[in-house]
Amino acid sequence: MSKGILYDATLCIDCKQCEQACATENGLPYDDKIAEQDFTSAYKYTTVLAKGDKYMRRLCMNCDDPACASVCPVGALKKTALGPVTYDQHKCMGCRYCMAACPFGVPKYQWDKAVPGVRKCIMCSSRVQNGKPTACAEACPTGATKFGDRDELLKEARQRIQENPDKYVHHVFGETEVGGTSVLLLSSVDFTTFGYRDDLTQRALPMYTFQVLQHIPQFIPVFGTLLGGIYWITHRREAVAEAEDNEKKGGVQ
Amino acid sequence: MTLRELPKIRFTFWKAVFLVIMVAGIYCTYVRFFRGLGASTNLTDQFPWGLWIGFDVMCGVMLAAGGFTLTAAVEIFNIKSWHSIMRPTVLTAFMGYLLVCAALMYDLGLPWNIWHPLIMRNPHSVMFEVAYCVMFYTTVLALEFSPIVFERLGWKKALTVVRRLMLVFVILGVILSTLHQSSLGTLYLIMPNKLHPFWYSPLLPVFFYLSAIAVGLAMMIFESSMSSKYFGRQLELHILRDMGAVLVVVLAIYGLIRFEDLIARGVWHQIFIPSYEQRFFLLEIFLSVIIPLILLLIPKVRNSAQGLYLAAVLILLGFVTNRLNVAITGVENAVGGRYAPKWTEVVITAMFVALGFAIFGLATRYLPIFPEEEAHSPVAQVPESIPIEIAEPVHAGD
Repeated sequence: MSKGILYDATLCIDCKQCEQACATENGLPYDDKIAEQDFTSAYKYTTVLAKGDKYMRRLCMNCDDPACASVCPVGALKKTALGPVTYDQHKCMGCRYCMAACPFGVPKYQWDKAVPGVRKCIMCSSRVQNGKPTACAEACPTGATKFGDRDELLKEARQRIQENPDKYVHHVFGETEVGGTSVLLLSSVDFTTFGYRDDLTQRALPMYTFQVLQHIPQFIPVFGTLLGGIYWITHRREAVAEAEDNEKKGGVQ
Repeated sequence: MTLRELPKIRFTFWKAVFLVIMVAGIYCTYVRFFRGLGASTNLTDQFPWGLWIGFDVMCGVMLAAGGFTLTAAVEIFNIKSWHSIMRPTVLTAFMGYLLVCAALMYDLGLPWNIWHPLIMRNPHSVMFEVAYCVMFYTTVLALEFSPIVFERLGWKKALTVVRRLMLVFVILGVILSTLHQSSLGTLYLIMPNKLHPFWYSPLLPVFFYLSAIAVGLAMMIFESSMSSKYFGRQLELHILRDMGAVLVVVLAIYGLIRFEDLIARGVWHQIFIPSYEQRFFLLEIFLSVIIPLILLLIPKVRNSAQGLYLAAVLILLGFVTNRLNVAITGVENAVGGRYAPKWTEVVITAMFVALGFAIFGLATRYLPIFPEEEAHSPVAQVPESIPIEIAEPVHAGD
């Protein structure tokens, strides 16, 4: 069963316990200054954004069919069966295609290091494997961030909207965006308020490239034969012309 | 002033320029590898790809497209009259790919892992395809170039073997180039919500491929003009005229498909609405397609060395703009920010350009690049109005 996170912004109180827990879990520093940062980086994987009394979290969406994992030439990024999209720096060569391809701008780079790597929320992969919830969900005092089976969480999200239609925007962000994501978001204000785009494709992004790449195995022999054929025709033509020329000359002699 | 004196003055000047670039380049190399990408570039989490990918790699590969265009024309389509410019063109392509590989080592965060795609394969990644194409095609180019070296060394046996296999190398080279040139466009297919609609199109691989052919031809015209001006090589005007004619066809097809594509995707009207992207789009289209097409359609221009040279330079500038638009301009709006390269990035790029010119100069001096040359017959010169800075290459290697 694929796991997921449901974040309900209406329950959030901006206590930043999730940020703190995330930093601890990933061995990152955390203090008041970092708490004030309203953007994620290679040293802060999640952040709670605030606009007045409205809040919204940013973290890796852990897509069902992630662009980052599909574009990684060496398979350093992987979608695990349980849901988390993980990263292995031992494989990475640092091309940063994952960063360019991510529709949410999630993967971050250690620009300040001579031996840099990509960093992002990996949905606490090892915790999830051991049957535990993510650090952020465990730390959340109000239940705004909830961990569970993605299908169950999606059902619950829909139910919450149905029960309180005036309270919520009638959309579960992540249900269909780029083919669906493990992280689901609920909000009382438009998602674009916090930089979540409303014009994202509903298709899984890897399909956009795969519809080209899938033709390569046929393309190579077909194109090779075509080129060989053109070579044969152009040179055969020349040989025939030469032979005819010789014949003519022969006839005259 | 006699002809003999003139180059001497330039030699020292361009040598000095070359040295300055090299010294600065070594310093920037130190910054890049010891202090990281953050210290040496203006790249950010929003802008993971900058000048080194946009120019050094994307334009580098494109400018090396003459290699497969010409080998296909001469060896496969049997256009014999184009054979005389084969060697300098293959040299340019080989050198271009070597420089692209070198530039990649600067851009990759963990360049010592560059061999990883050999054993860690993700065939669903376009970057994986790119990696294999670069690897194989650089090898093929080395093989295509090897007869020149074997000839110089007098290795008759190796020469016979390579010559016998040449057709295989050529066909492989054309296939790999076709895949590689187009795959640089395919790279961006996964960013439908990021790349501006002026450039994002399902046909990106086709556009990249067609424009590579156009640039390949333009590059050969450019190179021949340069060689005739600075090496006293005879300008093979008949070849360049043929290429001009082919260019008309290629550019017309490219322009037509791009135009149709804009209409089909419903972004045609945006061309008339002033915006940041619109300015760069118009600049690109006018430089790469519209002005060169008009120029080449005028018989007087098409049949003159100067006219062909001008059209070729515009095409080169136009498609360099195109690649930079795709890599940089087209994504600025979506990621919310502007990118301009840091001086260190510019120096490294300049270093690779200078190295390219220097290697070309050295190779023409020590290898039989122009074997059938009838010495000292400077005919049909390109006019003096050609910007001199482009001459750096030739002298730098002296």
